[in-house]
Amino acid sequence: MAASIGVEQGAPAQADIVLRLDGITKRFGPLVANNAISFTLRRGEVIALLGENGAGKTTLMNILFGHYVADEGTVEAFGKPLPPGDPRAALDAGIGMVHQHFTLAENMTVLENIALGTQSPWSLRLDRAAARRRIEKLSADFGLTVHPDATVATLSVGERQRVEILKALYRDARILILDEPTAVLTPAETDALFRTLKLLVAQGLSIIFISHKLNEVMAVSDCVLVLRSGTLAGERTTATTNRAELAALMVGQEVSSPPVSAPRTGPVVFELKNVSTARQGTTTRLDGLSLALRAGEITGLAGVSGNGQSALASLISGTLQPASGEMVIGGSAAGNWSPRAALASGIGRIPEDRHAVGTIGDMSITENVISERYATPRFSRHGFLDWKAARAFAEEIIRDYDVKAPSPEARIRLLSGGNMQKLILGRALDSEPAVILANQPTRGLDVGAVAFVHRRLLEARDRGAAILLISEDLEEILALSDRILVMSKGQLSSPSKRGERSIRELGELMAGHGEVNDAA
Amino acid sequence: MRLEPKPAPSLAVTLLYPVGAIIVTFLIASLLVLAAGASPFSVFYLVAKGAAGSQFALLETLTRATPLIFTGLAVAVAFRAKLWNIGAEAQLYIGGVVTVVLGTGALPLPSYLLIPIIMIAAMAAGALLLLGPAILKTRFGVDEVVTTLLLNFIVLLFVSMLLEGVLKDPTGLGWPQSSKVIAEAQLPRIIQGKRLHYGFVIAIVSAVICWVIMKKTVLGYEMRAVGNNKEAANFAGIPVNRVLIKTAILSGGIAALAGFSEVSGLKGNLTLDLSPGYGYSGIVVAMLAMLNPLGVIASAIFVAGIFVGADAMSRTAGVPSYIAQVMVATALLTMVTAILLTRYRVRWK
Repeated sequence: MAASIGVEQGAPAQADIVLRLDGITKRFGPLVANNAISFTLRRGEVIALLGENGAGKTTLMNILFGHYVADEGTVEAFGKPLPPGDPRAALDAGIGMVHQHFTLAENMTVLENIALGTQSPWSLRLDRAAARRRIEKLSADFGLTVHPDATVATLSVGERQRVEILKALYRDARILILDEPTAVLTPAETDALFRTLKLLVAQGLSIIFISHKLNEVMAVSDCVLVLRSGTLAGERTTATTNRAELAALMVGQEVSSPPVSAPRTGPVVFELKNVSTARQGTTTRLDGLSLALRAGEITGLAGVSGNGQSALASLISGTLQPASGEMVIGGSAAGNWSPRAALASGIGRIPEDRHAVGTIGDMSITENVISERYATPRFSRHGFLDWKAARAFAEEIIRDYDVKAPSPEARIRLLSGGNMQKLILGRALDSEPAVILANQPTRGLDVGAVAFVHRRLLEARDRGAAILLISEDLEEILALSDRILVMSKGQLSSPSKRGERSIRELGELMAGHGEVNDAA
Repeated sequence: MRLEPKPAPSLAVTLLYPVGAIIVTFLIASLLVLAAGASPFSVFYLVAKGAAGSQFALLETLTRATPLIFTGLAVAVAFRAKLWNIGAEAQLYIGGVVTVVLGTGALPLPSYLLIPIIMIAAMAAGALLLLGPAILKTRFGVDEVVTTLLLNFIVLLFVSMLLEGVLKDPTGLGWPQSSKVIAEAQLPRIIQGKRLHYGFVIAIVSAVICWVIMKKTVLGYEMRAVGNNKEAANFAGIPVNRVLIKTAILSGGIAALAGFSEVSGLKGNLTLDLSPGYGYSGIVVAMLAMLNPLGVIASAIFVAGIFVGADAMSRTAGVPSYIAQVMVATALLTMVTAILLTRYRVRWK
């Protein structure tokens, strides 16, 4: 588990300040994203930046890195003020950033990616030998194993992250900002990352570690800054705080995981029998997969992303058709399969990517909540939409799902991730579907919104829905699932009941070790 | 220089963007006028006077706006669904071909039957012309910008072949032109003795219908959803490909009405200069209107005014009327920039 290997805690070796933020304020229209935030980072120190989604962490780091210009306040690196709005200056000052979404050119090699932009555009050739020597030395020094000549497209997510870190180190970064670095990693990769961080700190680098995950923050940092709605809610020394205190600082109140009652499992309502799908791009395809979901039960599907979950989710959502095999819903075989057919057969879907797939950003909340049902008599007649009914429905969802939105006419793009997800949840659950596909339903959400989503999923289970929960967050899987399956290389493990397998056993299944049973 | 996203501006501010774009357009055009050795103030005064300074000028502007409303609408509805129809020019000509095929005596029917039949047939032909690129796009992912653009040239050559061949007016002294449509196939003039015809009324009605379609109907909702986020629309169960096909039918049909209205209301016959690029100008009209069908009426009249006014101005001031083309092209560029600025804020270092 991530928490098991941590960086040594205690006071940093030297107390010289490398970075000082003073009174940073940033407004987006009426929204204050950062309100007079000040802190200092010392040499060899790991600061964790903790906060809900929308608390202002990313904005703050974008100001630091020069992507945004602060309305007020100054940034000082190594004693010299940093000119605002200039990423180049930040790089030159020795600040490196590893973004949550990698910024690598997939068709180029590791070496090319790392050396990219370090030479003048007028220089005629790349000194590969020198670049290779440096990369190999950095790799060896910090445990960042990756082959310099491998094409980035062939690398795993963990390897790509190593390339990103190497890229920063290659540019002589002395301050490393990591934005949600563990979101995409397996437990083993997370452990390796933490070992690397420890080596970096030992060399005198300073690290800002942005995260939602309390256990990682506890494991890796010297000091924790908690942001809440744009202001600094608290600053704690890691050694003298605990998870409960940090969680309370983040949301402003104590949170607890929902109580889970025993499931009242009913009959099988959704079944895949020996289903295969055609290959789509680089995603793992399904090959003879069987899966049964029972009413009143949450089936948790754990696994590292890229192991066939997206094919399975697309299949159940209706955006992917089975190439062979049978799909049985509520006792009858599914015919012509499409998103509309999936909806018609009573499948509620929560997609993985709420921005690209779940919502239509520039359309209003009203237009978004009716998107799955606008063609029903409730919302349209003779080809004309009933906007009054649509608006009433939007208001109902906003009320019932506790969505914070200015009005049903507001563009959905303006909502925070949590509120957007609540709307999607409302849209999917309002019709009381018999089968629910929840694909990464809480990724990137704050603690409060996570608890809300979990409570709603459990309520749906208790009224008899069959739920497939796909998540990379093992804690979420363990907290909610009545039955756990692990997906690896397109195959499912044998199922285990709640509490039957330990985290380590699940982790090994996720890594592709251990038994594989195709009839789950 | 960088772009930062910003929240949606209010309606009033949004309406200022086209105004700002037009002002910038005039400023840029002023430089060219100065280069031509005239005073910008007197030139723009003459353009305005030529476009709206008399009853004759105003009626001429509205007459010129009529085909632009049709092509502007065709582009506006297609672009809403992100179907990039650059082929309104070809669809216009096909509409003209159908009008002379049916309207030169082949169907001896009274006006109240013949005109609706010609309109429907013209729309069907225009729809069919855009259906090809739309099917290629939805089935095989062929870029419709390329196919619709190239079809413009193919159709123009096809029309040229017809005018030299089967449709050639036997009494036309050898000119490549068709026979005149019969009286029953002609759209009446709104004011006796003036050029403004009922095609203008049909254009206004079409704009209102398009507005209702976009705002109130299931199809309009589907088109906007597909245009905004195809993947999310597909996930929600909106039949993306079917919506694109319907959009193509609507857009191609409206563009063909421009050709019908020009032949039946104004020219009387089909020639190779039926359209001085109305199909392309329709793109400018639609963009200036920010793809709003009612806005298309205003922007079409504005663009037509520049063309008509520039013609009048060049006769008196001696500045070439090409200035109109430059202004319309500049208006497109400034408007696209303005639309960008409604969504992003520019940060200078």
